[in-house]
Amino acid sequence: MKTTFNINEKGYYGEFGGAYIPEMLYPNVEELRQNYLKVMAEPSFQEEFNQLLKDYVGRPSPLYFAKRLSDKYNTKVYLKREDLNHTGAHKVNNTIGQILMAKRLGKTRIIAETGAGQHGVATATVCALMGMECIVYMGEIDIARQAPNVARMKMLGAEVRPALSGSRTLKDATNEAIRDWINNPVDTHYIIGSAIGPHPYPDMVTRFQSIISEEIKWQLQEHEGKENPDYVVACIGGGSNAAGTYYHFLDNEDVGIIAVEAAGKGIHSGESAATSALGKEGIIHGCKTLLMQTNDGQITEPYSISAGLDYPGVGPMHSHLYKSGRGEFYSATDDEAMTAGLELAQLEGIIPAIETSHALAIFSHKTFEPDDIVIISLSGRGDKDLQNYIDYFKL
Amino acid sequence: MNRINQKLRENKKLLSIYFTAGYPNINDTVTIIQNLEKSGVDMIEIGLPFSDPLADGPTIQDSSTKALQNGMTSELLFQQLKDIRKTVSIPLIIMGYFNPVLQYGVEAFCKKCQEIGIDGLILPDLPVDVYAEQYKDTFEKYGLINVFLITPQTSDERIRYIDSVSDGFIYMVSSASTTGAKSGFGNAQEDYFNRIANMKLNNPQVVGFGISNNETFTQATRQAKGAIIGSAFIKHVTANGIDTIDDFVNTIF
Repeated sequence: MKTTFNINEKGYYGEFGGAYIPEMLYPNVEELRQNYLKVMAEPSFQEEFNQLLKDYVGRPSPLYFAKRLSDKYNTKVYLKREDLNHTGAHKVNNTIGQILMAKRLGKTRIIAETGAGQHGVATATVCALMGMECIVYMGEIDIARQAPNVARMKMLGAEVRPALSGSRTLKDATNEAIRDWINNPVDTHYIIGSAIGPHPYPDMVTRFQSIISEEIKWQLQEHEGKENPDYVVACIGGGSNAAGTYYHFLDNEDVGIIAVEAAGKGIHSGESAATSALGKEGIIHGCKTLLMQTNDGQITEPYSISAGLDYPGVGPMHSHLYKSGRGEFYSATDDEAMTAGLELAQLEGIIPAIETSHALAIFSHKTFEPDDIVIISLSGRGDKDLQNYIDYFKL
Repeated sequence: MNRINQKLRENKKLLSIYFTAGYPNINDTVTIIQNLEKSGVDMIEIGLPFSDPLADGPTIQDSSTKALQNGMTSELLFQQLKDIRKTVSIPLIIMGYFNPVLQYGVEAFCKKCQEIGIDGLILPDLPVDVYAEQYKDTFEKYGLINVFLITPQTSDERIRYIDSVSDGFIYMVSSASTTGAKSGFGNAQEDYFNRIANMKLNNPQVVGFGISNNETFTQATRQAKGAIIGSAFIKHVTANGIDTIDDFVNTIF
């Protein structure tokens, strides 16, 4: 049998994945597992999904040849412009898919977790679009440091509920969303924002995000007369933009897969979110994956300057890519990422999200050949991070 | 015979109490167990605290956070319990989440439990199919009963499957909720209690979640073999300390 880096029929990528959930969640997750592929294959679903991606999100997103960046690093760099999507990041690809899924499963109430607020905004947006009730859980600390996104969600009609437990950040917001789902098992769909959680979530989110690599293939064909690049590069927190960027190249080992995690203040500084380097196999939010934890199995709090990357785990696909050696994993510090973000602004006139800046920092870790084609997922725009850039560069 | 199965043979309704190890104070574990046995409780669930207790409401979350701040770990809990069988004979179950057990090593954890005299485990996020495939032999090798949960949303078919994999008792979650969330049982719970009773399962059922006083205990055990109290007990020790545990137990039955 041919090796595959995709998910198997039991919901595992290699040894990672599965559904480690309390029985209270079983009926919901099982309902989704039994239906998600069937629903996604329905022509009416495909039609509605594609129509919204085109007319509402603004897809296809451009594949842009970054000439000055290419000159500087003496290689051929293309940027996949997910930052140009409606709501400013790749997150909306998934929320559109999941809201259509929720409607077909007869759900009337949507819950979501958010860290920086990008997934919360993308969820609130599609709930407004579909006229569905929307509750977003967000750590109390994140609410304080991401005020503009909180305001956006409220303006879109969502209720933002503070997660007051634990460290009061993304991990705890996810716990609260899961608890909400336990308490509302019939009418509610939980829109998870990353390629994490119990099976089938990692696969479902990946499939909705796989539009990114699907477009890359035909766009690169137009640019270069071939559909496979030498490398695809993405930043990884939970890993949804990365999963979508890699998806159609997973089993083509001529295409190098590169992941950049957030090293925070340095991998061994104690303030980091470099899960592959620091994590051990364990269970977080219903899936077996690499996660940052104490020797006693308590999940620890990560740190990154980027609120979208400070998750203590990584999606199970990525754990498998790391462990199998299929993916090359790097981590960029806060400083490397901020510098790479500024560089992109000044070379190409594009201000990236700080999450995305981590992917751009690949050039301080790896040298490419002049004729390599390197595609970087430009997963989000930097508007939301302006205050961070201002503070960091004293602008 | 395992102490849990022995206890389940007794001709009475059983009261099981859950507490979080390391709460309110790090060294309260042994005293709480001894006081619970003296007060006439039938079974004890020793909560191994976890940083991210998904199935728990605020009371158990807070006690877990405090217990971890106090320094509770799997290793420390085992040390505290090493001589527990010299003073108590009550069935003891460790209840926690799967990750700390996985990090300790499932086999090492089970072995330690057997050495101490732990009778069973409840790990709500260890799915029944994974247990059956990967861990059942290990649990049985060390004489441990693994208890599974069912909820009002669990299908009859799945309940039959869980019943077939189970030993000891089935933990019947009273309603769709995290721990401690509801007060009092309505018609929906009564229907659920009746439905399960009519299924005539092989394993007796013990009801948990939302039991806090004599009324809910009586309702829950009208048909089930017993009931479990967690959050209400933790609230009691938070307010009154661990010396007046019998006051709390006396209000239940």
